[in-house]
Amino acid sequence: MTTRKLFATLLASAAMAGSAYAADLRIGLQEDPDVLDPDQARTFVGRIVFESLCDKLINISPDQQFIPELATEWSWSDDGLTLTMQLRDDAVFHDGTPLNAEAVVANIDRSKNLPESRRRSELTSVESVEATGEFEVTFTLANPDATLLAQLSDRSGMMLSPAAADAQGLGLATNPVCSGPYRFVERIDQDRIVLEKFAEHYNADDYHIDRVIYLPIPDTTVRLANLRSGDLHMLERLAPSDAAGVQSDGSLQFVSAVSQGYQGVTVNVNNGERANNPFGQDARVRKAFSLALDREAINQVVFEGVYAPGNQHVPPTSPWYDDSHPVEGRDIAAARALMEDAGVDRMPLEIQAANNPVQLQLMQVIQSMVAEAGFDVSIRATEFASMLQAQTAGDYEGSQVGWSGRTDPDGNLHAFVTCEGGLNDSRFCSEEVDRLLNAAREVNDMDERRAIYAEAQAILMEEMPIIYLYHQTWLWALRNNVTGFEGYPDGMIRLAGVRVE
Amino acid sequence: MLSYILRRILIAIPTLLLVSVFVFMLQKLLPGDPALVMAGEERDPEVLAYLREQYRLNDPLIVQYFHWLWNVLQGDLGMSLRTQHPVTKLIADKLPVTIQLAVMAMFFAFLVGIPAGIISAVRKGTLIDYIANFIALSGLSIPNFWLGILLILLVSVNLGWLPASGYEPFWRDPVRSLETMIMPAFVLGTALAATLMRHTRSAMLGVLQSDYVRTARAKGLREKVVILKHSFRNAVLPIVTLSALLFGELLAGAVLTEQIFTIPGFGKLIVDAVFNRDYAVVQGVVLCVAVGFILMNLIADVLYVLLNPRMRQTL
Repeated sequence: MTTRKLFATLLASAAMAGSAYAADLRIGLQEDPDVLDPDQARTFVGRIVFESLCDKLINISPDQQFIPELATEWSWSDDGLTLTMQLRDDAVFHDGTPLNAEAVVANIDRSKNLPESRRRSELTSVESVEATGEFEVTFTLANPDATLLAQLSDRSGMMLSPAAADAQGLGLATNPVCSGPYRFVERIDQDRIVLEKFAEHYNADDYHIDRVIYLPIPDTTVRLANLRSGDLHMLERLAPSDAAGVQSDGSLQFVSAVSQGYQGVTVNVNNGERANNPFGQDARVRKAFSLALDREAINQVVFEGVYAPGNQHVPPTSPWYDDSHPVEGRDIAAARALMEDAGVDRMPLEIQAANNPVQLQLMQVIQSMVAEAGFDVSIRATEFASMLQAQTAGDYEGSQVGWSGRTDPDGNLHAFVTCEGGLNDSRFCSEEVDRLLNAAREVNDMDERRAIYAEAQAILMEEMPIIYLYHQTWLWALRNNVTGFEGYPDGMIRLAGVRVE
Repeated sequence: MLSYILRRILIAIPTLLLVSVFVFMLQKLLPGDPALVMAGEERDPEVLAYLREQYRLNDPLIVQYFHWLWNVLQGDLGMSLRTQHPVTKLIADKLPVTIQLAVMAMFFAFLVGIPAGIISAVRKGTLIDYIANFIALSGLSIPNFWLGILLILLVSVNLGWLPASGYEPFWRDPVRSLETMIMPAFVLGTALAATLMRHTRSAMLGVLQSDYVRTARAKGLREKVVILKHSFRNAVLPIVTLSALLFGELLAGAVLTEQIFTIPGFGKLIVDAVFNRDYAVVQGVVLCVAVGFILMNLIADVLYVLLNPRMRQTL
């Protein structure tokens, strides 16, 4: 064969390889997911993959209402101690075994009892689960728990094939067998995760993509370059600084949704010796700090105006946002007056922040804003693992951290501000807040719960153990030939109805 | 010769032990609790306690170290705390990737660096010499990440010639594999080529002034023979040493280049492992890199003997 012929053949085969999978969807992720076992998994990015791989009992709508997925309907007993769920009868796992009530019971047991399970704290209220019919499960609770539905709409509600779980044990993480619209094909660490369409899925007609390939590309510039060059069909977590560029690019689309989480400054109010300063001891000083911030300006300067300024544990777009406490503007005179009341003229303050350009820029803007109110902020740039340790050990005065957010408001608040809360690194403790937040867990009526949260909010606004700053917005960029994608506040990528034209 | 190689391997063992102790201690000195990272956002205290028990984080350091060493001697490098894949599997997955990248980068570096070095030594003080030097200096000075991003923007986004990043195993799709590797190998190779060029040039300059080269010329040998056979062969020894060191460095991972082109090689593996406090992976990879370095040096020494007959007598 002559060189020219060989070259032509190579070119032709390359072209054919390119078109062999017409309905591939290549998605750029910001990080490589951790273990692909819903019971052991812990990262946000892992949940994006699970969304297509593993069906859940319940899902959420874009406006954060619970909608049926594997469970077609559910009802609470009057005392709030029994939850009965009807399951659909046409769902099967990827290994062909049926998804019935027995399978759900086995899954909840695994989530609750597997020593490696990260889901146990989410299901503590569940005393027992029983299969009360072939397709009916009944949860019996130790105490009323309004947050349970939200847990079942996330990893705790994801169903693994019990047969595969028994056979593979922890090894299931490297070869997950769920019941979602896509099944696991292969994973090369730090390179790709490949899923293919599961033809026996009950809703297979709604899924038009044959193969989904998730590619972790941590560098935002490179991720966007891959999208522009056509190597990716879509990417998640576009950098805010690239939003304008994507919006003005005729070959790309821009989709956004305000997240369920928040970013703020957690204050050390009672966690060891470093709480002993006016910022930790006097709520007036913390309020002065908050009043000195121009949250809208922060959003414009650091985040190109695409995020949402915030002052509560949920964003203003959430159905749980307390409208009676809107985001306040900057008021330096009021801040100075509060500092004077507290008897503080100027004070040094060290705040730790994640060592990346965006968080440091945020801190520098804050530093200059609060300087006018009398705070001499020094920024301690810290890598994430060290920061986490310093925070739990109380080795900090203020810590700029956030939370990825949960569908139920309890998930954004209870563990952070109740006296015994597992994530309460500020060690803020108020009997009244504890009482209210515990009460809110036991009420299933939304209006009633909102009223209780408003009461707790009023106290937290005075005490400020966490000074909320802003709510991240999930930003996706897609090529124009991808249609049918909708952004959700949980940041997941749902592929029902998505097509590549 | 064989006993020489065996002796060299025996000497390497204490070096490896020292490296492993050093890396182990260094990691433990880093602040940050791996159990906290692993437990996830919720940080369930029960899970934390379980993880600390499971991964022996409560044991005294010395016990942890010997436990690790004992397993290593049995061929078990442990499990990744993050993905639960065996470290040996991770290394087996990543090593071919990094070797492919390193070989391609070295190939490029040899192809450009050595001829450029020879030419600029032979044509010392001419325009060609200055141009070669200028290019070499630029190659050394341009940061990899900057060159990488510029190349992606130019070649992938604007021209659409090559994929912007990613990796394809060679055995699965050779064409695609080469396509994805060309840019990273070029980026890595530029600095190497520059280093090689500078060293080749100075070694050649030394040799070209020696008496036997003058004698060779006086005999009326053709210039090509004088340069390639008489001069270059004698100048090649320091270049072999340098190449072995450079190749060893490449195996340690071209951290930035792999990050930018999203190549799942050693560099990316170790950086992610350090951030996740994935001790077992860091330990395993460092050990593997140390072995690689020692192996490369051994190969260089053996090559010495093959290239330079005089050294055979000193064995």
